[in-house]
Amino acid sequence: MSNTKFILGLFDDPDDMMKGIDNLQKNSIPIYDVYTPMPIHGIEDKMGVKDSRLGYAAFCFGCLGATVIFSMIYYMLVHDWPMNVGGKPSFAIPNFIPFTFEWTILFTAFGMTITFFAATHLFPGRAPRVMDLRATDDRFIIAVNAKGNVPHEDITNLLKQAGAVEVKHNERKYVSYE
Amino acid sequence: MTGKDITYAQITNDILFPVENKPNKAWWIGFTVSSLGAMLWVVSISLTFWFGLGEWGLNKTVGWAWDITGFVWWVGIGHAGTLISAVLLIFRQNWRNSINRSAEAMTIFAVICAATYIVAHMGRPWLAYFTLPLPNQYGSLWVNWNSALMMDVFAISTYFSVSLLFWYTGLLPDIASIRDRATGLRRRIYSILSFGWTGSLKTWQRFETVSLILAGISTPLVLSVHTIVSFDFATSLEPGWHTTIFPPYFVAGAIFSGFAMVQTLLLVTRKVLGLENYITMFHIESMNKIILLTGSIVGVAYITEFFIAWYSQVEYEQYAFINRATGPYWWAYWSMMSCNVISPQLFWSKKLRTSIKFSWFLSIIVNIGMWFERFVIIVTSLHRDYIPSSWAMFYPTWVDVSVFIGSIGLFFTMFLLFIRVLPSVAIAEVKLLLKTSSEQAKKKLIEEGHLDPVEVEYYKESLTKYDSIDMADYEKV
Repeated sequence: MSNTKFILGLFDDPDDMMKGIDNLQKNSIPIYDVYTPMPIHGIEDKMGVKDSRLGYAAFCFGCLGATVIFSMIYYMLVHDWPMNVGGKPSFAIPNFIPFTFEWTILFTAFGMTITFFAATHLFPGRAPRVMDLRATDDRFIIAVNAKGNVPHEDITNLLKQAGAVEVKHNERKYVSYE
Repeated sequence: MTGKDITYAQITNDILFPVENKPNKAWWIGFTVSSLGAMLWVVSISLTFWFGLGEWGLNKTVGWAWDITGFVWWVGIGHAGTLISAVLLIFRQNWRNSINRSAEAMTIFAVICAATYIVAHMGRPWLAYFTLPLPNQYGSLWVNWNSALMMDVFAISTYFSVSLLFWYTGLLPDIASIRDRATGLRRRIYSILSFGWTGSLKTWQRFETVSLILAGISTPLVLSVHTIVSFDFATSLEPGWHTTIFPPYFVAGAIFSGFAMVQTLLLVTRKVLGLENYITMFHIESMNKIILLTGSIVGVAYITEFFIAWYSQVEYEQYAFINRATGPYWWAYWSMMSCNVISPQLFWSKKLRTSIKFSWFLSIIVNIGMWFERFVIIVTSLHRDYIPSSWAMFYPTWVDVSVFIGSIGLFFTMFLLFIRVLPSVAIAEVKLLLKTSSEQAKKKLIEEGHLDPVEVEYYKESLTKYDSIDMADYEKV
């Protein structure tokens, strides 16, 4: 009993899992994290997770991309090596637009996604910190840190009441290191 | 989504079946044929690189022919994937969830094929870096930022890399599903590929934000790409190319051909992989409606071009269009007209657009028609321009033909490998549909009497065309 590190409530239905979260919250039991095979809409509000700020990052990267390419073209085409094409002005802004547009998109996409990977600690070769292998298949999992949250029996019962198909008392935090 | 007693576990099992098991006979036959095609491509592209562009049938007058035709054809095909994954996501069209993955994969492979044409037609592909704005010892003489071809370099490379990013980010949760079910070496490989995905709350929240923003920026991107491809022609002074209608006309054509290719691929894939419950008649019919719409837009564009040629009173422009329809390339023009404008109109018939065999047949016709469209635009405009003394005909060599046929082989080889090693349907996104827009959820609502009987009758009637539904189940409800 005392060796239990994490209590996992395994649900086979997202609605039951939401009920499980309610049950735990009513009893002021902090939830460590929730692992699901698909995004659950409305769970952020329930869990009090703030809106993602990735949109701001995306906007900044977009501005950066536009600035970089516009300055590059300006330097090359207007400053460093102006070309005389039929006497037309070398600072031909309409011609700059497609490039500026493409790099705005390019920087936004890569900047934002890399920020996402960095913030979420996703990168190739990262050891997956998985608490239960079925969390990516058909189980919706609520993880409760066992330390300090006693008695464990009550937590088990709360999860069972909400419709958990199984409650696990894991002695290891992650099962995927084996 | 159709099927009885589908659970979350069953969705994973169904979709991962082709990934976790040995391929069936149909796959092996397809793979053998397409890798033979890819080998033909290797041979013909190597000859082109070794001996130069003289291997192709180009002459002084017709300097662009099959190669640019193939390039525009492939880029156009690529567009449907982004359209399905990005535009339909923004419009909250849930039915895209089961087809977006394979359509995006198609985009990536099609753009790879398109890029090979660009590199090949440079003649000296090892100097491809000349298209990049790198400091050099000629001055520095920079690239020409006024050129539409330069815009193309930026558009295609951005399009390819952003599509790849969008596709791979979407794959992460599904690769994690494979990883957690696999053992041994497979687990290690998929573990690296999955970037350590866990599916925690914060990960999903950020993932959805990223998907939505990527979709939002991919939508104008995909429209810009074919617009810029059309600039390659529209900014020239060539009669038949020098038209302002090109950008929207090319974009509509791209979506048209892209959906046809999605149809060609998916109608076969769903049968071979047994995904009838996920890619249903609803998808097939919806895509056929899009083919009908974009086919009609393309038809209007063809007629507008003709009208404007007459209305402009420019004799060169008028000659170019009369020559297209009645000159030595009349057969290409009329193949294009009948494949792209006339035959999609058959989809006004509900019977035809819900027939799987006919849809597949017509998708091939559209693919052929769209190839002819690019051929007509490129070759018939070039072969007779302002000076009659330079008029000539274009005759492809066997290398021209092999590069084209070979690229189709290359495309299918990549696609077949993809469906073997990665999930061809977005598992997580399909799971979202289980309790909302699946047939079994709807049936439950009907059985419990929540719906208006008139609507139920209409619903049952529309189900009869689905090949994955047994109507006997609906007799009692």
